[in-house]
Amino acid sequence: MIKRLPFLGLVCGLALGLITPLLTGASSPGFWLEVLLGGLMAGVLYALVALGFVLIFKASGVFNFAQGAMVLFSALAVARLSERLPLWFAVLITLMIMILLAVLIERLVLRPLVNQSGVTLLMATLGVAYVLEGLGQTVWGSDIYSIDVGIPREPMLVLETVFPGGILLNRDDLAAAGGAIALVGALVLLFRKSKTGLALRAVAGDPQAAQSVGISLRRIWVTVWSIAGGVATVTGVVWGGKLGVQFSLALIALKALPVVILGGFTSIPGAILGGLIVGVGEKMAEVFLGPQLVRAFELAGGGIENWFAYVLALLFLLVRPEGLFGERHINRV
Amino acid sequence: MLYPKLYPRNRALESRYRPEPWLSPASRRWTSSLGLALFAFLGVPLWAGDYLLLSLLIPVLILTIAALGLNLLVGYSGQLSLGHAAFMAVGAYTAYNLALRAPALNFLIVLLGAGLSAAAVGVVFGTPSLKIKGLYLAVATLAAQFFLDWVFARVRWFSNYSNSGSVSVEAIDLWGWTIDTPSDRYQFALALLALLTIGANNLVRGHLGRAWMAIRDQEVAAEVIGIRPVHAKLTAFAVSSFYCGVAGALWGFVHLGAWEPLAFNLNLSLNLLFMIIIGGMGSILGAYLGAAFIVILPIALNRLPVWFGVPISTATASHLEVMTFGSLIVLFLILQPHGLARLCALGREKLRSWPFAY
Repeated sequence: MIKRLPFLGLVCGLALGLITPLLTGASSPGFWLEVLLGGLMAGVLYALVALGFVLIFKASGVFNFAQGAMVLFSALAVARLSERLPLWFAVLITLMIMILLAVLIERLVLRPLVNQSGVTLLMATLGVAYVLEGLGQTVWGSDIYSIDVGIPREPMLVLETVFPGGILLNRDDLAAAGGAIALVGALVLLFRKSKTGLALRAVAGDPQAAQSVGISLRRIWVTVWSIAGGVATVTGVVWGGKLGVQFSLALIALKALPVVILGGFTSIPGAILGGLIVGVGEKMAEVFLGPQLVRAFELAGGGIENWFAYVLALLFLLVRPEGLFGERHINRV
Repeated sequence: MLYPKLYPRNRALESRYRPEPWLSPASRRWTSSLGLALFAFLGVPLWAGDYLLLSLLIPVLILTIAALGLNLLVGYSGQLSLGHAAFMAVGAYTAYNLALRAPALNFLIVLLGAGLSAAAVGVVFGTPSLKIKGLYLAVATLAAQFFLDWVFARVRWFSNYSNSGSVSVEAIDLWGWTIDTPSDRYQFALALLALLTIGANNLVRGHLGRAWMAIRDQEVAAEVIGIRPVHAKLTAFAVSSFYCGVAGALWGFVHLGAWEPLAFNLNLSLNLLFMIIIGGMGSILGAYLGAAFIVILPIALNRLPVWFGVPISTATASHLEVMTFGSLIVLFLILQPHGLARLCALGREKLRSWPFAY
């Protein structure tokens, strides 16, 4: 219990920070709830990217820096293809391209680097990320594109009876959250009920033992990178539909790194919870803490959401390196 | 011996203890390295034009310092960092503030201050490395990158209340020597690089360097034989950030002249990492080769199509550049994890035994 104290302190501090604006009367409950919901929506998107990370890390021990580039690539593909084709067909073609990419990555990058250290693999995925960014923008173009998911843009007002003025809610946000929940449900089903899922879990548990009972590591890698590609496509469509498809998509995905630190590298629920914490935390910090900081230190503007997630992750690393749901590390010589 | 001395033999080991701790390990290559240094210092500025100096040689020299620093951390101590451009920014802004607020200060002291403050910040952001490693550390150093970027853009004191953190500086004055012309700047950067190279070379030969390498190779085992991981890791972070701080100050004062925090963004951090991957991890020569490679490649990629008469747009060229970088990283990691430095060594080996196979 004593050992857990710093961690509990951090969690309590976060919770306290969350409700402080309410307690001090700095904001009305309605506005606070709106910010909270906005944060949750951003968090869903972070969680989606983090999900891709976790899937690949679990199955192959690779910290996939290229997940953001995959999101960008697939979003660009969907955006450009859907200019000519119906959306569902564009998504289908993109999914096929992502599977092809997974096969290529496994053949050209992972297989030659098998048994290398995690850091080497991380740097290799950095290279993959660069290639994908360049390739995506060369093939599909590098302007700003939009994906029309066919959901009306104007926000709707809810809970007008409870709060004065009601709460603004974006329909596409709701659709995004719904899509994310459906995706996670599908993944959980895949992992729990299918034979492939069983093999995936076996490889995640102990690659050597899994191989010795006849599971092909290469097949598993292709599968898991394809699934991550699919997750990236969903993320790209959701995110691109909301904010437009452009290069910054690959950068926003960097936010998923602190998310997996928070949640633990090997935990799917961790990725989701971490994503929500980061999303809410950073929106709250930007809206409520930002102006205070600006006033106190005469800053030239806010923008603390650029680093808030990372500093939060850093604090987590200090008090609980394995994350919320991760496995403890044991060092062996 | 058909080809005496043209390709020097591998270093012989010392046969006595006395010369072991000497500054240069070589009783051997003094003449050739001194000749090379003289040529680089006096000969190159005579022959090279302003364009070559300004857009190629000076950036290569300064980035080599930064790559040396990163290599001490990543290549020698095995601690990954994705945020070293932020430490360069610390150096640059410290130097700016020192020069602004204490104009009488000698620039060398300003540089020292830049390095020391970067080292202090590096130690702070390196503390997580005591508990975590590898992938986790990558994220911790990314935190440094984003946080420090923000600090220099938003905290107006650092940029003397200018807009969005952009600052500009005057030419350096060193005991009456105004470092203004391209060849002056080149010589100044080269002198510092030479100094820091000797420093790095000897650090990695000494007990500190050996402690770093032991930590890199087997942390628990190193601890068992009496190396303190706390000490080794934090010194690695400190020395590495010191190098980057000096490089950052030079990047601002000697190369850019005017800059904003964006000059030290994540891209530069990643480029530094690419330099040491391509150049060679854990090799002093590698930092030189990698920096040269990463600076020259984009310029070459922009020019080549024009020479071949295939005009391409700047956007395509930059995408091509990114793709080339990416594939080279993967290729080097797969085919030659020790980078260009190792390729050089292999080439020298081949030349020495030529025309025989071995």
